[in-house]
Amino acid sequence: MVSPNTPETIAEGGGENFIVQATEIWKSFGAQDVLKGVSLNVARGEVVVLIGPSGSGKTTFLRCINHFETPNSGVVQVNGHLIGSKLDRNGRRVDASAREVAKQRAEIGFVFQHFNLFPNRTALENVMLGPVKVQQMSKDKARSVAIDQLTKVGLSNKMDTYPAQLSGGQKQRVAIARSLAMNPALMLFDEPTSALDPEVIGEVLTVIRDLANDGMTMIIVSHEIGFAREVADRVAMFDDGQIVEIGSPQQVFDNPTQVRTKTFLSKVL
Amino acid sequence: MLTSTLQFDTSFFWHELLRPSSGFLGGLWRTVYISIIAQVIAVIIGLAVALARRSTLRLVRSVAGFYVWVLRGTPLLVQLVIVYDGLAATGIYRFQDMTFLGVTVLASVQAAIVTLALNESAYMSEIIRSGLAAVDVGQNEAALSIGMTPAQSMRYVVVPQAMRFVIPPLGNDFNAMMKSTSVLSVIGVPEMFLITQEISSSTFHTFEIFMDAALYYLALTTIWTFIQAWMEAKVDRSWGIVRTNRSVFTTVRERFQDPRTLGLSRRA
Repeated sequence: MVSPNTPETIAEGGGENFIVQATEIWKSFGAQDVLKGVSLNVARGEVVVLIGPSGSGKTTFLRCINHFETPNSGVVQVNGHLIGSKLDRNGRRVDASAREVAKQRAEIGFVFQHFNLFPNRTALENVMLGPVKVQQMSKDKARSVAIDQLTKVGLSNKMDTYPAQLSGGQKQRVAIARSLAMNPALMLFDEPTSALDPEVIGEVLTVIRDLANDGMTMIIVSHEIGFAREVADRVAMFDDGQIVEIGSPQQVFDNPTQVRTKTFLSKVL
Repeated sequence: MLTSTLQFDTSFFWHELLRPSSGFLGGLWRTVYISIIAQVIAVIIGLAVALARRSTLRLVRSVAGFYVWVLRGTPLLVQLVIVYDGLAATGIYRFQDMTFLGVTVLASVQAAIVTLALNESAYMSEIIRSGLAAVDVGQNEAALSIGMTPAQSMRYVVVPQAMRFVIPPLGNDFNAMMKSTSVLSVIGVPEMFLITQEISSSTFHTFEIFMDAALYYLALTTIWTFIQAWMEAKVDRSWGIVRTNRSVFTTVRERFQDPRTLGLSRRA
């Protein structure tokens, strides 16, 4: 859906420094405006943590970035590609086909709150599926990619285990490995630890922390303030469909300028 | 005295049960292969119709909905007569005996397979549709997130998982369908019921021969119960759900004890 109040022509490619450029994203569900003009640029290698009360639009914004949601207006570019659209011969923005959207999504990892592992496949098969079916990789090569990724998240001993036999923390690490096997340019995390028992949150955060140290660009919706302080380059505070405050963790957590940020932090800290 | 008026020819009953005539066995065989072929075709058409009912195109959805509405809304018996006798009477299509690979397939058998497959496909599409709906939406999103197209997600992620929810009600339907092949006798398909009727009218041992037929129908559905239990256990294993020291007999026994296991409620 291309709305009339967005610029009809957008230069593709954009700023070289930013891997994500989201500009003036509006999204409504029915009569409810969930996002009211959110803009965010993310530099290569940067980790941005989105915080804010539930219903403030963080998850919807994250889902707009890989086109799980189609914004009513606004532009999302990832790695130089207009997400969900393309430019026709006259430089006008038109909807991309399902195949083109799939290709764009293959560059963007997405980790879900509820893991969404394929229950009828082992950990190894979960991780292999994308490389085999999407990247047309040979099974042998995909297996070695999958083994590498599962080893990286500390699950080399769970390769042949089905999701039903894994703990929540292990499931989420398999899910992260599944995304990483596609060699994404960007990782999106939608409350990756919210469905986990407290004692296994740490193992998932460790994996994400390692990714940050490896220079992976990430946008993370999280309620783990301590983790955000440690891993985030920037923290964006969402409220009522807008980013009300954005800055380094020190700025946002220690010296918030906005009343809404202070109120939120007083509740979660 | 009552016992003196009882006309039950025990030796005829046992003879026809244990050493059935070749005519009877031919009927039994037709019942089996017509059911199986019709069921396989029904699953394929049913899957296509179920996917069509989830299409984003309204026209496709409506056509599929219409198909199910008509085929589920009219009796199999009426459909049979329309396909076999009706089409021939109007000159639209006349089924002819056909020989392929050295096997002659009777015109009535062809019409029977076509009609049963179409009729059953309407029910299959509803069963498959509910199976697809039972797969968590997160599964589709996970497939899309690793770069699959919606079609790939359906093929590699959603449909295989839907099978687990589909097998129990599908098995239930196949059980019913095997028995409803008896109505094929109206268009002259020499299946088990028609043959039984013929034996009955030539020997007047109506009770004995129909008891034999009933036992053979019972044997068919019992064998199917075991096959279905084996399939369910196999699918469970492919989900990593393994119950140790569990035989197919245990599953079958539970099935007989718990009527709920026949429906979609069978979700572990």
